[in-house]
Amino acid sequence: MSTVTFDPSTAVDLATSAKLHQQAQARLRAKAVVFHVLVLVVVAVVLYPALWMVVSSFKPSSDIVGNVSLWPTHGSFANFRKALGGIGGVSFWTFFQNSVILAVGSVVGITVSCSVTAYAFARISFPGRNVFFVLMIGTLLLPFHVVIIPQYIVFNTLGLVNTYVPLLIGKFLAADAFFVFLMVQFMRNLPRELDEAARIDGAGHVRIFTSIMLPLMKPALVTSSIFAFIWSWNDFFGPLLYLKSPQFYTLPIALRLFVDQTSVSDYGAQMAMAVLALVPVLLFFLVFQRYLVEGVATQGLKG
Amino acid sequence: MTMTISTPSRAAEQPAAATPSRRKRTFGRDTRAGYAFLAPWLLGFFLLTAGPMVASLYLAFTDYNLFGAPSFVGLDNFRRLLTDPDYLQAWKVTGTYVVLGTPVKLIAALAVAMLLNTRFRGKGFYRSAFYLPSLVGASVSIAIVWKAMFIDKGPVDTIQQFFGAPAGGWVGRPEMTMPMLILLTVWQFGAPMVIFLAGLKQIPVQLYEAAAVDGAGPWRKFTRITIPMLSPVLFFNLLLETIHAFQIFNSAYIISSGTGGPARSTLFYTLYLYFRGFRDFQMGYASAMAWVLVVVIGIVTVIFFRSSRLWVHYSGESR
Repeated sequence: MSTVTFDPSTAVDLATSAKLHQQAQARLRAKAVVFHVLVLVVVAVVLYPALWMVVSSFKPSSDIVGNVSLWPTHGSFANFRKALGGIGGVSFWTFFQNSVILAVGSVVGITVSCSVTAYAFARISFPGRNVFFVLMIGTLLLPFHVVIIPQYIVFNTLGLVNTYVPLLIGKFLAADAFFVFLMVQFMRNLPRELDEAARIDGAGHVRIFTSIMLPLMKPALVTSSIFAFIWSWNDFFGPLLYLKSPQFYTLPIALRLFVDQTSVSDYGAQMAMAVLALVPVLLFFLVFQRYLVEGVATQGLKG
Repeated sequence: MTMTISTPSRAAEQPAAATPSRRKRTFGRDTRAGYAFLAPWLLGFFLLTAGPMVASLYLAFTDYNLFGAPSFVGLDNFRRLLTDPDYLQAWKVTGTYVVLGTPVKLIAALAVAMLLNTRFRGKGFYRSAFYLPSLVGASVSIAIVWKAMFIDKGPVDTIQQFFGAPAGGWVGRPEMTMPMLILLTVWQFGAPMVIFLAGLKQIPVQLYEAAAVDGAGPWRKFTRITIPMLSPVLFFNLLLETIHAFQIFNSAYIISSGTGGPARSTLFYTLYLYFRGFRDFQMGYASAMAWVLVVVIGIVTVIFFRSSRLWVHYSGESR
């Protein structure tokens, strides 16, 4: 049996180390507080315009101008009723439908055509591939203005202005190099053994693509779909160029018309319409924010 | 973490083919399959990109109003550009926007990315919150909101007056529309921030620890470790944001109600091109404008890539 001896010096050591530990903890906590306060201030500034838009859409116009506050004093849905009323006899839901048609069409076109193209670049070896790959990447840096005029002339000659064809055809022909690049990068990280084994078993490229690649690249397809939907939804230049009659207008174009037509001071209705035009994007953001943020991070870094 | 865009490697792609004849057969099959899979893109590339580019180059030397046949005018369009005051104004506006807006946006992105690159909790939420403007910022909705925020007696005006600045709003004042649009692009710092953040995470902590042992302060660590290690990502963001900035259209169109005003202060390059091409139907003149833009962006890209050898440091391995 050993006797427990009391050593005063160790006790002092323990006490000081505990105290030091506490101090370190306190410092860390203080640092955390400073960090969160700092970041929250930035968050507040960054989110303010979006919140202000949403809150203003519930306010009467007289209460929007000059009111910095985010608290609606007498909120109502009057603005939304006005916005949903549509413009010039065309209802809001027509614009909404048109936007949905184009966005869904873009998603289908881009996921199908870009995945097929990416498979060719990432997994099939054939002469000319590298040249085409460089050209494909080159289109990423090319300002689209250089092709827009001849494209417009061609579609105009073919009588396709004021249809959705000019807005969708590029999506079905993998014209968005961003998505092709994203999918090529993703496919390159999939193990090669899979398709090699399938080839030895006699599978052709169609088989390998549909039953091996497509299921594995679901994350890339989901990311692409979300971005394709949102970008199509927010697109302004294309519809501005090609859509002439209000019954074909998408929401951004309708929104612009709405702002031009409502009296200058009816900010409430304009805000309500702006909010309505952004609802799908905001919903997508809330549901898929992780995909969106990480999609951007990986796109910039893999290589 | 390098941003080299390499072509797909040809190695280790064929399953070890036994006889030459069999290799030839699979090779032919691969070629057919390759072009079959590439068919939609090839069609799109030739019909929607390469063909139109050639056509646009031709149109740039013609006078064409969409109705008659294009008539060849040689270098007239380009000569006219040099003396067109609106065109020169468009360059002034666009150049200012690119030169001032892009660096400020990237500095904001880097600053917030560094703030978030810490061990505190809640980063996921913050990252997403900062990313939201990048997603909605180019939309017509936000352009309208932005305009409403900066009108006379609007929220910005009210805040400004609280701090003693004179009232009047920014929208109607030619000298204030540029700061307003720059603020809008800076507000969308989320996308480059996320890329910066991913880059910051790849910097080994040991480098900072070693530097701390050697007595380096925060500034030294930032300039000697963070910046060099981050330079490939910095290069990528700079190139992308610059090219992007040259092509601003939506917000300028909405904020000026499709006029480029007040006093031509928002007459951006693409806006002016749109006016000439699709409002006045001067397709030849607009094509010339488009080609000048392509050449300028091309030159800027080449300068960036050339200069990158001096300041972009790729760490030994290239993945």
